[in-house]
Amino acid sequence: MSAILPPAERLWWKHPLDRVEGTWILLALIWCLTMFAMMVGWHIYGKQNLSTETYKTTPEKFTAKAQAFVDKYTVRTETADKTPVVAPPPGSDIYMVARLWSFWPILELEKDKTYRLHLTSMDYNHGFSLQPANINIQIVPGYEHVVTVTPNKAGTYSVVCNEYCGINHHSMVGRIYVK
Amino acid sequence: MSTTTYRTCPRSGLQFESQAEKLMLANAVAAVVFLLIGGILAIGVVLTRWPAIHWLEADTFYQVLTAHGIDMLIFWIIFFEIAVLYFCSSTLLRCRLATPRWAWAAFVLMLVGAIMNNVAVYEGGSSVMMTSYVPMMAAPSFYLGLILFAVGALIGCFVFLGTLVVAKRDKTYQGSVPLVTFGAITACIIAVFTIVSGAIILIPTYLMSLGIVKSVDPLIYRTIWWAFGHSSQQINVAAHISIWYAVAAIAFGAKPMSERVSRGAFLLYILFLQLASAHHLLADPGVSTAWKVVNTSYFMYFAVLASMIHGLTIPGAMEVAQRAKGYNKGLFEWLRKAPWGNPVFSGVFISIIGFGFLGGISGVMMGTEQLNMIIHNTIYVPGHFHATVVIGTTLSFMALTYFLIPVLFKREMIAPKAAQWQPYLFGFSMYGFVLVMMGAGTLGVSRRHWDMAFNGAALAYEWPGAAYLMMGLVGIFGIAAIAGGAIYIYVTVGSLLWGKPLDAGTPSKTFTPIPRTAPTVVAQSYGSAGFAAPGTFVLAMVFLVSFILYYFINWKYLSQVWGLS
Repeated sequence: MSAILPPAERLWWKHPLDRVEGTWILLALIWCLTMFAMMVGWHIYGKQNLSTETYKTTPEKFTAKAQAFVDKYTVRTETADKTPVVAPPPGSDIYMVARLWSFWPILELEKDKTYRLHLTSMDYNHGFSLQPANINIQIVPGYEHVVTVTPNKAGTYSVVCNEYCGINHHSMVGRIYVK
Repeated sequence: MSTTTYRTCPRSGLQFESQAEKLMLANAVAAVVFLLIGGILAIGVVLTRWPAIHWLEADTFYQVLTAHGIDMLIFWIIFFEIAVLYFCSSTLLRCRLATPRWAWAAFVLMLVGAIMNNVAVYEGGSSVMMTSYVPMMAAPSFYLGLILFAVGALIGCFVFLGTLVVAKRDKTYQGSVPLVTFGAITACIIAVFTIVSGAIILIPTYLMSLGIVKSVDPLIYRTIWWAFGHSSQQINVAAHISIWYAVAAIAFGAKPMSERVSRGAFLLYILFLQLASAHHLLADPGVSTAWKVVNTSYFMYFAVLASMIHGLTIPGAMEVAQRAKGYNKGLFEWLRKAPWGNPVFSGVFISIIGFGFLGGISGVMMGTEQLNMIIHNTIYVPGHFHATVVIGTTLSFMALTYFLIPVLFKREMIAPKAAQWQPYLFGFSMYGFVLVMMGAGTLGVSRRHWDMAFNGAALAYEWPGAAYLMMGLVGIFGIAAIAGGAIYIYVTVGSLLWGKPLDAGTPSKTFTPIPRTAPTVVAQSYGSAGFAAPGTFVLAMVFLVSFILYYFINWKYLSQVWGLS
């Protein structure tokens, strides 16, 4: 009886298992259930869980909200394109627009304060890859994803687009300052 | 029906039906041609991602990357899998292939589709990556090519299922099908699900590219596309694990430790493996937490359990067979005295270890809902799937090819020395390749990205030096692996063209049924502590400990990033 021949016993499901297999299956099962419990448990005790708050949106609707936000809280502009740097109060709703090929605006947040970050794309799929913290979130057009973020370290962070979005994908980088 | 002939290979004792044999050959050759194309494209990919060389322009790079992904992940692998399905049905069950004309139609459709898709990519305007996320659009022929290919593959699946019926009706075997055929049935069931999912989403997208359908929702596209994109990789898992069992039987005469355990593990695949397409949506908006947790864990990791079972029972079966031959000293004499110079065995063993330690563990990390946030769309992801699809599937297919050259191709292998070294060069350079990719991904480096220096960006980010170092090593290991792939193609194609023809065995008008297998004595007199395979158990424990440590290291890493809720 080999793996490329029919089993000798017609009732193969009665074929006994060796102790090495039984022991391993038990250990593997315990580990599998542990991993499952860990994932559920992190939702209860962990501090990094991705929000699922999502709304359908359109580029016009989202741009209007983001523009109002920028008009209200802009403190200065940066780069040759005069990208606004926006410093919203802690606890507020903040907006970031992903589009070919930039993130808009630049955000200035406070350490250990919580914000509701609204993300969407104006065109294709984009990726929100916060570096060097290395947090990665998919940005899908037509969907407004509200993620609650609490920066835990001051510094200059970059938002790298890590979903392929065309020829200038590599130049699509945004910025978040944390004070 | 009666025009076909059967021959029994004098070297392996396997019986080949002439129609099935020609179809296996055609599908295997087409597969190798796409591997060759994909391998040439890989040179462009690695030499561009190697920061010191940064060879191709951005548009060419994305074009080459799109074609590399599709040629390797879809065309090379599925052509080969169709050959494997025909082998596992017609050859292992010693029956004629059902409806050979349909099988040829399937082959032609697949070939036309694959060429059409490739041409669309090379024409430019279809550099949309393998995933082709809407609303980014490719040329209509890009989607049509994929659809034709999928329809062909689906027909191939039904030819396989029909062949099982032929074998049953003609009573070419008694009792149940062999374990390897059972695994192939698993692969086929998964394939049918996969291809239907692909059709559900690619047909509207094709109509959208023609302007007939106005729009396809981007999130729905992602959800259904991954039921195709991820599931197609699950076909590979079921197929290459079947090959591992087959090679254990061929190289050692090993029999499964327990038919019940191994078949039960395949059943777990059928039930739970498909849920894993959720892995790709963990960082997406609009999908509920409960949906993510249940699906990403294959409903409590039951498919991981199945893989861990196969990971034990295959080397375990080899160990039992070796111990029965007298290699019984200590824990590892059976392994030391294994036929390391035989590429059929060494390829499979390097594949098993790499698939488990590198592909399996990293896959569970990425598939953990929260840990996904520190990995999603970084180069860790291609690191993972090169461990599963290249070290797991491709290397297993290569190893199987070395067995098939004398048996199916009826040729003496040219350059047997080169073939002997090939699995080591290819396998170990892929080990290095995926490790440095995962390393760079842990530092956040993006996948599918032309320039990590962000040339021309208003707000560039400076990656740490270690990330540059690792991306340089990606280039070096990548080139070494491509050289290993080139040796495989040279040996395979060379043997087909110039190898000395071998005796095919006398053709006969009728098949010889598989004789009834003699029942075996189950009791084992070797091993220790009541374990038939103690050495394998020790290896499995090393695996489990590495798995647990690495799992919690990643949680530690996650706990240090920004709070998210």
